Amino acid sequence: MAITRADVEKVSLLARLQLTGPELETMTSELAQIVTYVDQLGEVDTEGVEPMAHAVEVSNVFAADEVQPSLPREQALANAPRRNERGYLVPPVLGG
Amino acid sequence: MSLTELSASEALELFVKGEVTSAALTRACLDRIESHDEQVGAFLRVDAEAALARAADIDAQRLAGKPLGRLAGLPVAVKDVLCDRQTRTTCASRMLENFRPPYDSTVVANLKAAGAVLIGRTNMDEFAMGGSTENSAFQLTRNPWDLQRAPGGSSGGAAACVAARMAPLSIGTDTGGSIRQPAGLCGVVGLKPTYGRVSRFGLVAFASSLDQIGPLATNTKDVALLLEAIAGHDPRDATSLNVPVPNYSESIHRPLTGLRLGIVREHFGAGLNEEVEQAVRNALRVYESLGAEVKEISLPHSKYAVATYYVIAPSEASSNLARYDGVHYGHRADQAEVLAELAAEQEQLEATGDQRTLENLDTSLVRMYRRSRAEGFGPEVKRRIMLGAYALSAGYYDAYYLKALKVRRLIRQDFDAAFEQVDLVVGPVTSEPAFKLGEMTDDPLAMYLIDLYTVSANLAGIPGISLPCGFTQSGLPVGLQLQAPPLAEETLLRGAHMYEQATDWHTHKPPALL
Repeated sequence: MAITRADVEKVSLLARLQLTGPELETMTSELAQIVTYVDQLGEVDTEGVEPMAHAVEVSNVFAADEVQPSLPREQALANAPRRNERGYLVPPVLGG
Repeated sequence: MSLTELSASEALELFVKGEVTSAALTRACLDRIESHDEQVGAFLRVDAEAALARAADIDAQRLAGKPLGRLAGLPVAVKDVLCDRQTRTTCASRMLENFRPPYDSTVVANLKAAGAVLIGRTNMDEFAMGGSTENSAFQLTRNPWDLQRAPGGSSGGAAACVAARMAPLSIGTDTGGSIRQPAGLCGVVGLKPTYGRVSRFGLVAFASSLDQIGPLATNTKDVALLLEAIAGHDPRDATSLNVPVPNYSESIHRPLTGLRLGIVREHFGAGLNEEVEQAVRNALRVYESLGAEVKEISLPHSKYAVATYYVIAPSEASSNLARYDGVHYGHRADQAEVLAELAAEQEQLEATGDQRTLENLDTSLVRMYRRSRAEGFGPEVKRRIMLGAYALSAGYYDAYYLKALKVRRLIRQDFDAAFEQVDLVVGPVTSEPAFKLGEMTDDPLAMYLIDLYTVSANLAGIPGISLPCGFTQSGLPVGLQLQAPPLAEETLLRGAHMYEQATDWHTHKPPALL
């Protein structure tokens, strides 16, 4: 199915990317080309094939239920673009 | 002879004999970087002072007779995608331009524990997405064999710095060929281990079910040595395999008897450059002269590997890169600009009475996310995030992501069947030698198709190695790829070493940089 500019606009919101008008145009044609290429997967008979999520299928890896030291607050906040002494700062979420 | 011409293994022997110091070798590498990296652009950052201090410290420990790790005193370059505590780790992205991780990745910790001298951070495609290193937000890297050509990618800096003899050892990552492809295009040896062989803790994630970290060097023995130092179980990576690490650098000297090599019928069709094919066929004859049996095998689903990969990898990337939200770390758009932009849009929509668009206008938080990501990511990263978000979105999940996971199993089953008949699968690394810088940048799909011979190993989780097997008429290196069953790195290295012992391709050096 052809990918449209409206699809790309919707996906850009889902992906939390802001795209300019020209970027939306280019992205629409590039994605359409790539999606057309990957559509060839439709040719493959996968009836009864179990999806393979990981290359080496390791399951149920348990860690001992022990308290481990966590990252100190100051270190966790050290790379934050905006912060105060206790946490991360974000733009107003309510009533904004 | 300059010390930079020494292999890592040779340098280690000379360290032990007391004939060369780590300080001298490190100085020689730094001098080589100083004199040649302006042309090549392999390194994003070099900390000469720290490297020299570390080398002097190792030398002092050796002199004092203290027990030393297996890489003690050897300079190692690290791709700028592995966390190194309090040291900038950028992934060649504006997004992480000033990011200093609060902890070491397991591989970096292992390198430090083994006594390595971390000499610098190498350039790469942004977030390891690409095959030419041209997607770096910071600089171009040039192929040491022809400075007008790309080094390959995404570990382009990692391969170029070894080819240019700026570091004997280098760490790269491989999600769809990102170690093997640049190694092949730069004429060095690069190994992608089995998925789970090397811990990915502290590796900035691209596609988590495919990413692996691996070694690059000028020769197979050095690759074996570096793999030994970084491989092993790590409780902090739940996908890491709890199996012993063989002594690769010792077993590598034992040639394989009765070696059965499989050539993939589907890899020798249209689209394979004649000179590349010739070099690979010559390599097969070398193997035959060493007593190996070469037989044709089929990987019937291999033609779907690139399509499968370009659904799975972007899907995982779109999810992994959701963490870059401008809040916890990384680039954040200017708040005043975000709020002003929104206010202007709102005013305009109110004026035109477009109620529907007005109701759907981003909140200030969402717009901050969107703008931060738009400013922080380059075009290829955006393209992959979009592709992945599309493939995972409602209505398409079954048709793309789930379908790709099923084809992935068929690709793995093809390999399982092949390895019933042969010990190693052998073939080209890429269909063409190094391409010109800028040649592919306008055609994302053409760039993706470069991964044709390498992506299958990532999808199947098996190990693969690229090693030099000749040159084109114009002097560009050609790589030979060997692939082995899961955890058969020993066979892979022994098989590669046999060939290397019988040929001298790995000893050639880029004439452009003499």
